[in-house]
Amino acid sequence: MYAIRRTATQRLSALTHSSHFLSTQSRFTTQRSRLASTLAILEQREGGLNSASLGAVTAGAKLGGSIHGFIAGKNVKPIAEEASKVSGLEKIITVENEAYDRGLAENWAPLLVENIKKGGYTHVIVGHSAFGKNLLPRVAALLDVQQISDVMSIEGEDTFVRPIYAGNAILTVQSTDPIKLLTVRQTSFPPAEIADGSATIEEGTDPSAPQPTQWVSENLTKSDRPELATAGKVVSGGRGLKSKEEFDRLMPPLADALGAAIGAMRRCRQWTGKNVAPQLYLCAGISGAIQHLAGMKDSKVIACINKDGDAPIFGVADVGLVGDLFEVVPELTEKLKA
Amino acid sequence: MSTKLRILVPVKRVIDYAVKPRVKADKTGVETSGVKHSLNPFDELSIEEAVRLRERKLPVEEIVAVSAGPAKCADTLRTAMAMGADRSIHIDVPEDKPLEPLGVAKVLKAIAEQEKSNLIFLGKQAIDDDSGQTGQMLAGLLDWPQATQASEVTLSGDDITVEREVDGGTETLKAKLPMIITTDLRLNELDMRLEKKTLKDYGIDDTPRLKTIKVEEPPQRKGGGKVEDVDGMISKLKELGAL
Repeated sequence: MYAIRRTATQRLSALTHSSHFLSTQSRFTTQRSRLASTLAILEQREGGLNSASLGAVTAGAKLGGSIHGFIAGKNVKPIAEEASKVSGLEKIITVENEAYDRGLAENWAPLLVENIKKGGYTHVIVGHSAFGKNLLPRVAALLDVQQISDVMSIEGEDTFVRPIYAGNAILTVQSTDPIKLLTVRQTSFPPAEIADGSATIEEGTDPSAPQPTQWVSENLTKSDRPELATAGKVVSGGRGLKSKEEFDRLMPPLADALGAAIGAMRRCRQWTGKNVAPQLYLCAGISGAIQHLAGMKDSKVIACINKDGDAPIFGVADVGLVGDLFEVVPELTEKLKA
Repeated sequence: MSTKLRILVPVKRVIDYAVKPRVKADKTGVETSGVKHSLNPFDELSIEEAVRLRERKLPVEEIVAVSAGPAKCADTLRTAMAMGADRSIHIDVPEDKPLEPLGVAKVLKAIAEQEKSNLIFLGKQAIDDDSGQTGQMLAGLLDWPQATQASEVTLSGDDITVEREVDGGTETLKAKLPMIITTDLRLNELDMRLEKKTLKDYGIDDTPRLKTIKVEEPPQRKGGGKVEDVDGMISKLKELGAL
């Protein structure tokens, strides 16, 4: 029984030093420091590093201790070399295998479990992107860890802040797990810079787990506009626009005049959409139901156009204009271009 | 002959999405007593999707709803059954000790094995804790394929094709039963099956009997600075440094 019922601390030691156990068989190495040792998972896509995932490195830096980056996929060498210049990264672990190209959780999860155990990490961080959200809970279950999602702030090596109830409440939690698994909010942790880092590059372990799921195709929206989650300015239109045709007629020109990204409204937007925190959030025809306010209330300046002067949106907007958006939006677009 | 579908739909009782949650004064959590609760909206989509598979004449043997929580979860399960679940299981969990996603995933694994489920629809996240983890954790524990944030599900024999929402668009995956699918808002519109009718269809005279004399605003909280016109908006935005 004694051997099985190990405490969390003992499990931590075992995990943290499993590599030492393997190499030296010495039990004394378990007494070494408990400094954070973080694995930041970096997304790569078609030969490029997804800079947004570098927020994981920024978050890792808050923990102190060492940070290793993790990259897997086809032709990862050039990406690993780019990542090695990221300030704060000590080592890049790479796994060269085309099977990881599409980020399928079914084979990525065993891959990460192997490499987390091998590296004895205390923290594993990935961006709160579609990839991170899909993958990390599966890893957490395999490691028997309660993951922490959408972390906004790191208060200590085991204490994290995250939004609940669509951002209507902010929760601070302390984790008792031996390894902390975090997805981090992009708007809270800006990408670490690709600058003068000099991380070493090392090959990781590839368990080559079977891949029961087949990737078939993708359909991504092509746009020259700034990406919504990181844009400095965002324009958004709601039900007041009446139809998709009206939306497409009025909002893109306004976005272009401002150099803004476009956030389309739909029912329950905040659950399905992204949170944004731009310098300027300008919306038209949005009444401001709480579900929508949650996704944009971290914006620096909120401006709204609505014909109903009593719409809840005016309660949060720094600048509000009561008026018919079908007149006001084109006028605003023209005057901004001038 | 394709496998009979034994569908499991985990559902959660949460504060209704239209209610603005209030943080308790002692900072221990969000006030839940006396607050309207409903079936988590994403779980509603899960049940709807399961029911639709049956309506499409797919070999659905059974749809079982399951919920872990206090006694009031029974209401949530009744809603699930009213929507078309055949049976439900309530796992009694004290209100003051709610399970975390990992705990939920573990109990769901046991139930999925006991019920011999081969398709599990979960909401992509609960709108209270917003973790978005349970489906993926369950898939990991069962070692089944997963498709999260599904916007379209197509079944053909034992093959399932799922279109899922990813950053910047969608992607399509294919796997075989058994499988875990988490549902996103675009998956199905619950009101799509509403028949549109007007009062005229029923020959009802809608002339009002009462005349409105006046409608007044209730006391309102003050908004933050309105402007008169577009020029006012532009100059205020410049003043605020947003332009």
